Amino acid sequence: MTTHITHHEDAHQAHHGHSDGHDAGHGSMKSYMTGFILSVILTAVPFWLVMGDVFSSKAVTVALIMVFAAIQIVVHMVYFLHMNSRSEGGWTLLALIFTFVILVIALSGSLWVMHHLNINMMPVSPDMMRNAP
Amino acid sequence: MFSHLDTKSLIFGRLDLGAFPIHEPILVATFIAVALGGIAVVGALTYFRLWGYLWKEWFTSVDHKKIGIMYIVLAIIMLLRGFADALMMRTQQAIAFNGNEGIFPPHHYDQIFTAHGVIMIFFMAMPFVTGLMNFVVPLQIGARDVSFPFLNNFSFWMTAAGAALIMISLFVGEFARTGWLAYPPLSGADYSPGVGVDYYIWGLQVAGVGTTLSGINLIATIVKMRAPGMTMMKMPIFTWTSFCTNILIVASFPILTATLALLSLDRYVGTHFFTNDLGGNPMMYVNLIWIWGHPEVYILILPAFGIFSEIVATFCGKRLFGYASMVYATCVIMILSYLVWLHHFFTMGSGASVNAFFGITTMIISIPTGAKIFNWLFTMYRGRIRFEVPMLWTIGFMVTFVIGGMTGVMLAVPPADFVLHNSLFLIAHFHNVIIGGVVFGVLAGFNYWFPKAFGFRLDAFWGKMSFWFWLVGFYFAFMPLYVLGLMGVTRRVSQFEDPSLQIWFIIAAFGAFLIALGIASFIIQLIVSFMKREELRDLTGDPWNGRTLEWSTSSPPPDYNFAFTPVIHDHDSWYDMKRRGYTRPLEGFRPIHMPKNTGTGVILAGLSVALGFGLIWYMWWLAALSLVAIIVVSIVHTFNYKRDFYIPADEVVATEAERTQLLTRKA
Amino acid sequence: MSSTPLDTKGEPVFYLQEDHHPENSTLLGFWIYLMSDCLIFAMLFATYAVLGRSYAAGPAPADLFDLTLVAINTAMLLFSSITYGFAMLAMEKNNKKATLGWLAITGIFGLAFLFLELYEFHHLILEGAGPDRSAFLSSFFTLVGTHGLHVTFGCIWLVTLMVQVSLHGLIPENRRRLMCLSMFWHFLDVVWIGVFSLVYLIGVVG
Repeated sequence: MTTHITHHEDAHQAHHGHSDGHDAGHGSMKSYMTGFILSVILTAVPFWLVMGDVFSSKAVTVALIMVFAAIQIVVHMVYFLHMNSRSEGGWTLLALIFTFVILVIALSGSLWVMHHLNINMMPVSPDMMRNAP
Repeated sequence: MFSHLDTKSLIFGRLDLGAFPIHEPILVATFIAVALGGIAVVGALTYFRLWGYLWKEWFTSVDHKKIGIMYIVLAIIMLLRGFADALMMRTQQAIAFNGNEGIFPPHHYDQIFTAHGVIMIFFMAMPFVTGLMNFVVPLQIGARDVSFPFLNNFSFWMTAAGAALIMISLFVGEFARTGWLAYPPLSGADYSPGVGVDYYIWGLQVAGVGTTLSGINLIATIVKMRAPGMTMMKMPIFTWTSFCTNILIVASFPILTATLALLSLDRYVGTHFFTNDLGGNPMMYVNLIWIWGHPEVYILILPAFGIFSEIVATFCGKRLFGYASMVYATCVIMILSYLVWLHHFFTMGSGASVNAFFGITTMIISIPTGAKIFNWLFTMYRGRIRFEVPMLWTIGFMVTFVIGGMTGVMLAVPPADFVLHNSLFLIAHFHNVIIGGVVFGVLAGFNYWFPKAFGFRLDAFWGKMSFWFWLVGFYFAFMPLYVLGLMGVTRRVSQFEDPSLQIWFIIAAFGAFLIALGIASFIIQLIVSFMKREELRDLTGDPWNGRTLEWSTSSPPPDYNFAFTPVIHDHDSWYDMKRRGYTRPLEGFRPIHMPKNTGTGVILAGLSVALGFGLIWYMWWLAALSLVAIIVVSIVHTFNYKRDFYIPADEVVATEAERTQLLTRKA
Repeated sequence: MSSTPLDTKGEPVFYLQEDHHPENSTLLGFWIYLMSDCLIFAMLFATYAVLGRSYAAGPAPADLFDLTLVAINTAMLLFSSITYGFAMLAMEKNNKKATLGWLAITGIFGLAFLFLELYEFHHLILEGAGPDRSAFLSSFFTLVGTHGLHVTFGCIWLVTLMVQVSLHGLIPENRRRLMCLSMFWHFLDVVWIGVFSLVYLIGVVG
């Protein structure tokens, strides 16, 4: 579905070996509603998990929150941002993957580096931190 | 800061007469020289009635070629400023022995080394590289302009605005005394209460906007605007390295922006990100800024690798050896550059496991780099090498850069780094790769593409003088620093106790003097070439027997670059066209669709300078007013829908006929 | 080279006789901008992750956050996302009036979100839990505030676009701009998922 944005949809596509137009852009009523309902569920459940004190284990709750967040991000990407491997000849997806890799490196790297630093520099437990002057 | 609200501080913030360095004779003399120079330039421009021309044809231009040239002009001006700082440092260190305090008190010396680093990286190397990419990439991919021509103009002016803020700090107030990365807590509000660090922050933030946007622009250009037939693996190698560079820019400058924003919050709002108290952690700043800082190094060197690849292939008259491996090596370096940042602070104390990981990744990165060196060597092997100026720079680079790379691998070994960290060995290492790699690269590129930009070649004699002075001067200036570093001398010291060190500093100062001659020769080269321009004229548009598309059009290229969009069959497309009997079309010209010039970029950048200045001096009214003005001007700009025009076919016919005449004159 | 296109006389083709129009780059360019913005947020998240437990003997998330308020806020943003979607659907049907109507509703949800966030900030600062209290609060205010600034900017942009659509109609330029803002708006939603999960929910869990 090409929607036209460029004023020139002409025969030149033929010479252009490198892209097949943008499929990005639009969803249908159905896809928007699917996305919306899914994200309502994916938002409500983690809030319920925390506000209703469903699990006694913190670790389980935290893990579930993260899983729901990850799924919801994918849902938004697919249904609202219309990500797919075809839009802009795949470049948007590639850019997203690259950004994601950098994000993971920077985030986990910072945590790892700073965690080791804290351990090596000064052994402080969270309780000590809380009671520090 | 609101304790004593009075009219003066409401209007001028913390700016008062004390901010003007009237007690510093060196600064006063500099100011007088700059002011006289400025008046002379302004006077000349007014006398020759050039203001209108400059405004219409250059400042408001959205032509990527002119913007590229303006970037390089900015870079050369800032090179002179940054190099003046370098000369002052070398002089200071050569004489400040045996109780002699030298010519600068410590607080001034600290500003000089900070300014030198900031200017050379952000306002010399970056604009130079960006300028070359801007000029060359659209020509190499057969495009008429970049994807977002207005944004390109705006990016340039934002970079210039950042440079302007840094230059203002020379005469109004002071510059940071923290070193080029402004580590807290030294750069925090407690230890640097003055305006220096604020100049640093806002100068870089303003320029950073420009850099990021220009990165986005060039990525979109390379992805979307390539001529028909040019698949990714048929792109010229310089375009490839530019592509990876711009990806690095877009994926790392936001990190710098965020980090500096956190530092400014610490300074302005009193948050505790990097403070010593209330849970802040200064080491987090060091961590964050190097996540940007290491890719930045590759942002500078990758385009230089691209330049050398083009030059080697052209001046050896051979296809580049291992085109595909060159592309893959570039991509691998691009990714790996995000996995090595901790090697800048091995000594911070993250422990053996972390240091081992980052030490190993750092050593791995030398593999693709080494592969590139071999590719260039194999391209030269059995080539018919022409030792023109760009080729000399390339060979100088290959020798020098390999030495710098090897000392880099030494520093990548964590135990060795514990000894060498913060020493002059490190200074020697990174100057070795940045001068030997980036500076040699941009100067090679400058000599190589100059005829394309201006229609005449640069004088070879003065070019060679410049090269030899730079090369020899570099070795004199930095080899002693390796020695001093191994002896344990630390960086950023303005006075020394041990007289036995002095001889090395004197040698280094002599090297800096030779480099000064190199820069002087470069300027003489420009003047001499301009005087001899008829003799050096490039009529064909292809002075070096080039291989890529930019050489297929005239020198300088017409506004529209190519009258007809080229069709590409090979990565050395112009060579391919010449070989298979391409004939230049002489009829059938059509009107050409082009973007219109606009002054919005200049206005927005000017307002950004005002915004930065207001924030630096706590002139809140000025900051608020400029911010509102920036938003309003941007919105008004979007209401203009008529942003393009057609160059009429007649004009294209006339331009092309002129070229035909030139070509016949040559024949 | 077998793939070389040839002209009628069998000579290789080296240039196009007719005009060449590369595809419009705006959407791709804007997407790349969003990716760079995403990295700004990534750094703020990283800072929160590293410093978010440095309470400096001050209040912790469980003492401060009112999850009901956050839930309402999240709902505002989610509603604004779907209404923006409706605006885009109306735009595709070339229905200018409906497009403007849905955009206005989106804007109202956006403003409601901002209002609630400012209320929360105000409340926290009054309680003595301002951004200068501890590293945790510094990183909290900065992360959430940066998101809020983006929403503010989105609202200004939205109003500008509504004026432009009502002046010039759904011309190609305006459609392209609406699509960019759409990406921006949904992107902010994605960032908010990270914020409410990592900052508020996990913060309260502890």
